Amino acid sequence: MPHRPFISAGTLFALPALTGLLIFVVIPFLLAIGLSLTNLRLGSPLPLEFVGLTQFLRLFEDGVFARALVNNILFTVVVVPVQTILALGLALLLNQPLKGQTLFRTLFFLPVVFPLALVSVVWILIYAPGPDGMLNSFLHLFTLGHWQARDFLHDPWLALPAIMLTSIWQGTGFQMVILLAGLQSIPEELYEAARLDGAGRWQRFWHVTLPQLRNTLVFVMLVTTILAFRLFEQVQIMTRGGPNHATTTVMYEAVQAAFSRQQVAKGAAISVIFFLLVLLITFLQRHFARQERL
Amino acid sequence: MTLPRQIITGFSYLTLLILALLFIAPIVLMLIGSLKPEARVLVETGSLNAFIPADVDLRNYRDVFARVEFGRYLFNSVLITGMVVIGGLVVNSLAGYAFARLAWRGRRILFALVLAILILPLEAIAVPLFYQVTLFGWRDTYLVQILPFIANAFSIYLFYTFFLGLPKELEEAARLDGAGVFRTFMFVIVPNSRPVFATVAILSFLIQWGVFIWPLMVTSSEAVRPLPLAIATFYTLPPLQWGDIFAFGVMMVLPILLVFLFFQRWFVRGVVSTGIKG
Repeated sequence: MPHRPFISAGTLFALPALTGLLIFVVIPFLLAIGLSLTNLRLGSPLPLEFVGLTQFLRLFEDGVFARALVNNILFTVVVVPVQTILALGLALLLNQPLKGQTLFRTLFFLPVVFPLALVSVVWILIYAPGPDGMLNSFLHLFTLGHWQARDFLHDPWLALPAIMLTSIWQGTGFQMVILLAGLQSIPEELYEAARLDGAGRWQRFWHVTLPQLRNTLVFVMLVTTILAFRLFEQVQIMTRGGPNHATTTVMYEAVQAAFSRQQVAKGAAISVIFFLLVLLITFLQRHFARQERL
Repeated sequence: MTLPRQIITGFSYLTLLILALLFIAPIVLMLIGSLKPEARVLVETGSLNAFIPADVDLRNYRDVFARVEFGRYLFNSVLITGMVVIGGLVVNSLAGYAFARLAWRGRRILFALVLAILILPLEAIAVPLFYQVTLFGWRDTYLVQILPFIANAFSIYLFYTFFLGLPKELEEAARLDGAGVFRTFMFVIVPNSRPVFATVAILSFLIQWGVFIWPLMVTSSEAVRPLPLAIATFYTLPPLQWGDIFAFGVMMVLPILLVFLFFQRWFVRGVVSTGIKG
């Protein structure tokens, strides 16, 4: 007769991963909420105190944090649509029976495998100030000499757009590959039916492709939005949040607070806000995507 | 009015070609720059010469090794990425299997928890985790860069969905042969699940090879820092030598580029599988 084991195989199989998630995700998450309600600062002589929502109130009075939020929102509002449209355009072009399709797909996807730290460093040279800088020369050529050389990364109006452009370059290929897979899973019969009804190329795109691609598009935009809110490497390496906080972000402020200034409680409060933003974005996505597939 | 097929094809090629050139320009700039004498790199960035090799030699590559301990950083990145990828495959596949195919108490509620964690980006918990590992006394170690990232809700989810789709007969046959749960998993399930193992391995490799925020927070000594932090430091190290920086960049991206080119099909599938969930 088989004896009943003390602990079932299922529990045993799941235990290592669940322990890891508990220690390194669940506890820190609860800790973030707890710490955000205190005055904790590493190495501070003040006693640890419960301060309620003081950290949050202070954050919203803090002009720099407000600027960080605005920057993240600006970044999202520009990068998400531009990158999605560019990626969709590329995916549509590559979804035709063209020679060299695989090669083109590889080329557009290549930047995705580049670590963001390396991307940021390389683009510093592209944005080099002075008429000999790469982008400056390119724009000079392109505008037939009307472009005045600018110092992109030290210009309060151009620094954030420069970071946006770098991010679009790195991220488009990722979206393109997902959208291409979405396009290829649209049943050919739908296009046949549309053609029989006399629908032109544009009508087929509008009435077949877009509705069929809806969930993929919403998903891709969700991921890009969350990535936009975690914007950090480019800022840390290219501008250090400057000039005059023109490129600072929520994540940059969180790391600055917790790590450079040892203000753990403030960093934790920023983390909680960050989490609430992600939650909000996810709910919006659920709302816009019909739940046809899990 | 419909445009003739040839015009559309021609227009498509032209657009793709122009965009492809713009997309690879920064990569070509880096590669060519890494092979040029330092004196030419900066001077030529403003002209097409930036993309044309001249006086090719490997001096910049030698300079990198002379100026910093590149081998050390490479070792660190390989060690950390390797441990996270391998550890993650073991731990998360077991959990995914437990959730998909085994009956045990607490399965439903714990799976709901895993799904809830799925949307939580690491960045949202970086600060409290930083505080926590400081209390553990783990700062400035390999351990702190490996252990927190082995268990991963997204990997569990990918394994879970794949195992759900496997035919039940596989396990039944193994059971009839008298194999226990672990033997069945090891010798029947794993060999039939190569695609999902490849997908998870490649995705976590891609993410782990580029990690920046976390090691920036928890490490301070060069001895345990990975390549992405090292390139950021190398860039600020005087004298500013772009040729050397590019050589560093080429060497740091080479491993992941090779993996990418060899396993391209898997790579793309791995990325796409992140989009399966609509």
